[in-house]
Amino acid sequence: MRDVAVIGIGMTKWGELWEKSLRTIFVETALLAIDDAGVDRLDSMVVGCMSSGLFIGQEHLTSLLSDYLGKNPVPAARVESACSSGGLALRQGFIEVASGMSDIVLVGGVEKMTDVTGCEATYALGTAADQEYEGYHGLTFPALYAMMAVAHMHKYGTTREQLAMVAVKNHENGSKNPLAQFPFKISVEAVLQSVLVADPLHILDCSPITDGAAAVILCPADMAKKMKKPVVRITGSGHATDTIALSSRKDMAWLESTHLAGQKALAMAGQKIGDIDLFEVHDCFTIAEIMITEALGLVEQGRGGKAVEEGLTALKGKFPVNPSGGLKAKGHPVGATGVAQAVEVIKQLRGEAGERQVKGAKRGLTQNMGGTGGSSLVHVFEAD
Amino acid sequence: MPNPSKYWREIPQRYRLEAGKCTKCGFIAFPPRLVCPQCGNRKFEKTKLADSGTILTFTIIRVPPHQFEDQAPYAVGIAELDDGVRLTAQIVDCDSGVLKIGMRVRIEFRKIYEEGAAGVIYYGYKFVPA
Ligand SMILES: [Zn+2]
Repeated sequence: MRDVAVIGIGMTKWGELWEKSLRTIFVETALLAIDDAGVDRLDSMVVGCMSSGLFIGQEHLTSLLSDYLGKNPVPAARVESACSSGGLALRQGFIEVASGMSDIVLVGGVEKMTDVTGCEATYALGTAADQEYEGYHGLTFPALYAMMAVAHMHKYGTTREQLAMVAVKNHENGSKNPLAQFPFKISVEAVLQSVLVADPLHILDCSPITDGAAAVILCPADMAKKMKKPVVRITGSGHATDTIALSSRKDMAWLESTHLAGQKALAMAGQKIGDIDLFEVHDCFTIAEIMITEALGLVEQGRGGKAVEEGLTALKGKFPVNPSGGLKAKGHPVGATGVAQAVEVIKQLRGEAGERQVKGAKRGLTQNMGGTGGSSLVHVFEAD
Repeated sequence: MPNPSKYWREIPQRYRLEAGKCTKCGFIAFPPRLVCPQCGNRKFEKTKLADSGTILTFTIIRVPPHQFEDQAPYAVGIAELDDGVRLTAQIVDCDSGVLKIGMRVRIEFRKIYEEGAAGVIYYGYKFVPA
């Protein structure tokens, strides 16, 4: 296997982008990454997108996006793994470069979610659960995560306030990210007073509906060094799956697929979790971040709530989690999220993260998750 | 509206709680599967789920999908049945105040939701306090 580097990143402002179509959002972002890398050639592209079919009534993105990027006849692939589609695209691009099959690969992620009503978006997102045995009974994604929260609170004594502190921390970080959908601070009281979605989760425990894209350019590390660019390598990639239905899990307060993907990625990188300087993780709901910090081994099982309360995961804490603002404040265009996490880590490792810069960051980790943890991808990045 | 066959083929599970029991290790698969997730065996015999169980976790849904708009707020939960199978369903016939982990429930056959004025009525199982 060849060493793989990221030589270009692209992301534009996320939000409810009513004036922009999926193809425009994607191409704007991909061009930023191509210009940042300073390459005029692409050997291949891989795009993560969860459900353009349900969100905009369009499939065959491989043709659409390569066409509008002006890159036909470049080989293009679209990958889907619910909310971890972006992370899966990154892994497929990584494999393609590492294997020697392609040299310069564009990895993108995109989702256009506001062309449909809130109800239709809830339905589209719900397809990441077991439609026949969860969706049929009226379950929603907030409801599934709410049941994980209830199980975690019952087993470990995690408090309602600790859940809110995850949202408060991520909005604090997001207020320093000009590309975030909601770049402002919120309080614990605001979370607790916001509308209940599925007890105990309020609307401010949930990541929003977002339009957005993100892109990175990968190439062999040897080629990157010759370009005299800041070189950030992908040194670990881990991927694992779990049952589609939450009810089939042995422990509903534990994310086994994230645990396994994290172990694989760290083993490939030859790193320990304590050696990582910052983490971009999949806080689709506040309880998710708490469970992810446990599954990755940042804290012991059951200690995720305490960790956020004690500031361990704050920007200036021992383990900064979601310096970008996370899915909560930055937004969650589902197929783009996994790639945007990589964009943030590269910015941090290049020292280009401005006000939210983690000082002296050399190693970063991304964790991207589909459904209730039915799929997880973890990547480790290191600056040369 | 889903194609009738999409509804019809799940009827043995939704109306009669039919499951598959692994002939090798005894794992009960609901819905039935072709491969046992526990031992890899591919042979199952038909069995019926236990009709009572214990709530492991629950929530009250206040923002529902559109088919369930007329029912919100409503409670849902995951119960471990007395045969060890875990099942997700609505919890009905009780105030939200009585919901708790460890609560005993039994399975009843009920209407799940209906579509439009002249639409299909969807049936299945729900939990009620035991
Ligand atoms: Zn078996």
